[in-house]
Amino acid sequence: MTGIGARVPQRQSAFRRGLHSFAGYRKYSALTLMFIPVVAYFIIFKYIPMGGIAIAFENYKIKEGIFGSAWCGLDNFNKAFAMATFRRSVWNTLTISGLKLLFGFPMPIILALMLNEVTHVRFKKTVQTISYLPHFLSWVVLAGMFQQLLSPNNGAVNAVLRDVFGVKDSIYFLGNNKYFRGTLIVTDIWKNVGWSSILYLATISGIDPELYEAATVDGASRWQCTRYITIPSLVSTIVIMLILSIGSIMDAGFDQVFNLYNSAVYQTGDIIDTYVYRYGLGDMKYALATAVGLFKNVIAFVLVVGTNLITRRISGEGIW
Amino acid sequence: MVEKRFTAGKLLIYLILVLLCATIVIAFWHLLNLSLSPSHIATKGGLLLYPKEATLDNYSRVIDNRYIWLGYKNTLIRTIVGTVLQLFFTAMGAYVLSKRFFPHRTFWTLFIVFTMFFSGGLIPTYLLVKNLGLLDTYAAMILPGFISAYNMVIIRNYFQSMPEEIEESCLIDGAGRFRIFLQFVLPLSKPILATVALWLVVGHWNSWFDVLIYIQDDTKFTLQIVLRRIILTGSKEILDTSAAANAAEMEKAVSSEGLKAACIYVTTLPILCAYPFVQKFFVKGIMIGSLKG
Repeated sequence: MTGIGARVPQRQSAFRRGLHSFAGYRKYSALTLMFIPVVAYFIIFKYIPMGGIAIAFENYKIKEGIFGSAWCGLDNFNKAFAMATFRRSVWNTLTISGLKLLFGFPMPIILALMLNEVTHVRFKKTVQTISYLPHFLSWVVLAGMFQQLLSPNNGAVNAVLRDVFGVKDSIYFLGNNKYFRGTLIVTDIWKNVGWSSILYLATISGIDPELYEAATVDGASRWQCTRYITIPSLVSTIVIMLILSIGSIMDAGFDQVFNLYNSAVYQTGDIIDTYVYRYGLGDMKYALATAVGLFKNVIAFVLVVGTNLITRRISGEGIW
Repeated sequence: MVEKRFTAGKLLIYLILVLLCATIVIAFWHLLNLSLSPSHIATKGGLLLYPKEATLDNYSRVIDNRYIWLGYKNTLIRTIVGTVLQLFFTAMGAYVLSKRFFPHRTFWTLFIVFTMFFSGGLIPTYLLVKNLGLLDTYAAMILPGFISAYNMVIIRNYFQSMPEEIEESCLIDGAGRFRIFLQFVLPLSKPILATVALWLVVGHWNSWFDVLIYIQDDTKFTLQIVLRRIILTGSKEILDTSAAANAAEMEKAVSSEGLKAACIYVTTLPILCAYPFVQKFFVKGIMIGSLKG
């Protein structure tokens, strides 16, 4: 690019360049004015709470505030790690997320592949409309529904299990540690499988139809088309989605767990987020809860940024 | 490619899809029948496949409850005010960041995107809202999540795809940046703004945690929290507040199960009604979200 006669940019000192770029704010004063409320919002509601993390390292007293309370180093973290209930919540978070990943991740892919086989357009549209619906309801509403449906006394699910499948003892899905995680995973799939299939369906619809035509001419069966054309075309989407879900493994689903759990199933269902809520806002142990929250957020941050870098490398462009 | 032949494999696929939809449809249908059932049928339980001895007692009881109406009012306030303000300010920030010549644009983008990945956490945010004196105000339902970095990046990408030349000709004609934004950029970006607005509306409608932690005043409870309390505390709340002269007799007609089911329907009705019509916009939205960068 640099041939004879190419303009050599004038050297400027870093200081002058800095001044020059700050002059831009005056030059584009209207844009600057428009941007001020936005930046102010992010400073007040996002960055000031980040400063509030200091509580995690303090012997925080409400009366003395953030600036008056004494520092205590890592005491709050040590205290948290000494608590069996905290270690349990970390374990539960990882287990529930892991199980959701293991059972929940493949489901939308399978659903998309099945929907792709449907040749009746109206049937396909109906299945899509119905299966997307639960995604739009809050876990408050769905928890109300599942409490009724899964009730051990007069719930519909236990009635069906008894009358159709001959299960004798009714199952307390939401109150028994043996079943609680399973219930979380199944209800999570039920809510999200349809919605999560959209991305895969879109990828499938982007596949060149000529590939299928050529394969059919060569005598490929429907299954062979799926196996050798559709699935390979989905691989990059699958890999990206998988990496992204690994990035959010610290989120086991606060809304779901919080609305479905009760003290009988803390042993298998209490996750970090519900733990922070109960200790922090319930028992007003602000410092301890902030420390636990920080512990979670730092791990989540490293995971998300790490997985983003990996997807960026794979797909050529990151998720942001 | 269209094979009309029904092979065994295809039949199995259709069957599985029907089963999946059946679990969803039957769950809602059962709940509807439950909400229409008188006490003795609702408490007996089991799967209700058709309305037996249908009655509207549960609904009339729910509608009599003033908290349901207050909930509707509060949910509507936060949804409308929140969505309009958030959309405007998100778009405004996005507009500024879409200008490549804006000073330190990369830094400001990172400054905002960083908040997507790291936050102070529950307690520091709660203490901030408390110290700002926002507890028990509508502002507490709107401000903590006022501008989403994610939405802003998506709108910014849309703005960036618009040609700068047209704006420049407006500038020459003497229009200021803010006027261009209001009268030119916003109207031309209706598709993306409508998508984000729908996300915001559903978000506000379904939001409950902020009300749970920031609002103590029960006249400011939103529908989700009213519903949550009814589900958790049983129907006590509804039975207590309706000053029925003959409470015992009223209790015979309605049951906790029926009332809860009716509450669920009353609070979700707007979503269920709007859903079939707006569904396709959300599907488009998910594609916008996946095509960023």
